[in-house]
Amino acid sequence: MNRRLKEQIIKYLFLAIALSSIVVLGLIMIFLFREGLPLFNTVSIKNFLFSTQWYPTFDPPEFGILPLMAGSLAVTLVSSLIAIPLGVMTAIYLAEIAPPRIRGVVKPMVEMLNALPSVVIGFFGMVVVAPFLQDAFPDILTGLNLFNASVMLAFMAVPTITSISEDAIYTVPKELKEASLALGATHWQTIRKVILPASLSGISTAVILGMSRSIGETMVVLMVAGGAARIPTSLFNAVRPMPASIAAEMGETPYHSDHYYALFAIGMVLFLFTLVFNVIADHIAHKYKQVGAATL
Amino acid sequence: MKIRLAVLTALISLALTASAFAAELKINGSTTVFPIMQKAIEAYMAKHPDVKISLSGGGSGNGIKAIIDSTTDIAMASRKMEEKEIELAKTKGVQPKEIVVAKDAVAAIVNPANTVENLTTQQLSDIYSGKITNWGDVGGEKGPIAVISRDSSSGTFETWQELVVGKKVKVTPDALLQASSGAVLQAVSKNKNAISYDGLGYVDKTVKALKVNGVAPSAKTALDNTYPVSRSLQIYVNGEPKGDIKGLIDFLLSAEGQKLVAEAGFVPLK
Repeated sequence: MNRRLKEQIIKYLFLAIALSSIVVLGLIMIFLFREGLPLFNTVSIKNFLFSTQWYPTFDPPEFGILPLMAGSLAVTLVSSLIAIPLGVMTAIYLAEIAPPRIRGVVKPMVEMLNALPSVVIGFFGMVVVAPFLQDAFPDILTGLNLFNASVMLAFMAVPTITSISEDAIYTVPKELKEASLALGATHWQTIRKVILPASLSGISTAVILGMSRSIGETMVVLMVAGGAARIPTSLFNAVRPMPASIAAEMGETPYHSDHYYALFAIGMVLFLFTLVFNVIADHIAHKYKQVGAATL
Repeated sequence: MKIRLAVLTALISLALTASAFAAELKINGSTTVFPIMQKAIEAYMAKHPDVKISLSGGGSGNGIKAIIDSTTDIAMASRKMEEKEIELAKTKGVQPKEIVVAKDAVAAIVNPANTVENLTTQQLSDIYSGKITNWGDVGGEKGPIAVISRDSSSGTFETWQELVVGKKVKVTPDALLQASSGAVLQAVSKNKNAISYDGLGYVDKTVKALKVNGVAPSAKTALDNTYPVSRSLQIYVNGEPKGDIKGLIDFLLSAEGQKLVAEAGFVPLK
């Protein structure tokens, strides 16, 4: 075998490997849409998206996913409100304030939180947090609710947000920081006025990736969100986010029934949600990218 | 390099032929029937060590889908196959045959701290439709009722909807959803306001089973049909069972097999 041929073979081999994940994504998308779109032969898109009645096995069935979308958005929003300050402030501490020895210990530990399987976090929420909430607030109907699920999801989003934000803050060019300090700014002023603006794109990306993890997370919301298909009006209402509905109902749904199609259609909506999140993250990462020290 | 490739090919083809020789029996379906089948398979394989059986519990719908697509040999189901599904099976050349293997009673369960002992089917229906929302209205201590339901495609939900709530009555959207029998028990045992339902086989000491219309759920009351919330559990095979499939089914229906049904917490047929 001559050398050039070998080079060519290796080149195309790697190309094929790189393309394989795109092909798989494409196939999954085709499958998702093929199994989801037939629903709209019997249910109008407007009813599907904006009706509040989710009774897929009732006679006649109703497929309104508004409460499920509201559930997904509510847990994502509340968990972000908890996870973003925690994650970003941890990142600032680690990158700017912590001495290297503490950073070396704390950062891997925060990232280890990421390694916890979601079913373990869900179990914790179910067995520890839910009874605690019921004891602490005797008036609430159940400890399995929006608040509980959001806290558990925040646990899962914090490592993502911390890790990516920390990288972004850490890679802010040293010249910027030194220039600021040389002008007489304090450390806090430097962090607030120089370092944070310079790493804003990285932090935004981190936040959005953290949020898209929350919206797609299944096990935790299935176990601790409570599962009531109703638009929440309080922090302690039970909700049923979209992934929980799919996971709970798919197992025993008659094959190729309207209910089956509806669950895939929810999958399509969920896919669009996360796609939008990722496109925004990608857009921000590119548009506000800090290139070199001179552009600020 | 060539030699290595040859060895690899030989290994792969060897593996393929080996797996082709060992006929494996596939069983899939209802998680309610699962514990019965698991016990039956263990006992059957102890007698026939050459038989290979793989068991998975994806739900009644998955099992029925698998028998329609011929990707399983036996489908377990806690509901009957629907007309539509039987027709679809026939268009694919599958003749589904139903064999009832046990009876199941669905018990209404509450937290052990709850003082209510008995509810009528009408009261249960009103609780599940959201008409009754306070324990004080059904003879208990005042407090909100946390209605817990199974996911709407579970076989247990279907039985409950048909036999208790009523076909024309919607379960309140405030109902909390739990995706498995075990999760239901967990939720009820941790919440003093809760009410839910579960297959009799799953009910344990952590919750309290209510009488329905004055009848306590038990094997006896399920079998003589005095307990209002009971159903049959069945399996589906393609055509007349033969070979190991027949062997396993015969074993399940034998006195020894039905003893395992009772051990799993369900109601044996005899």
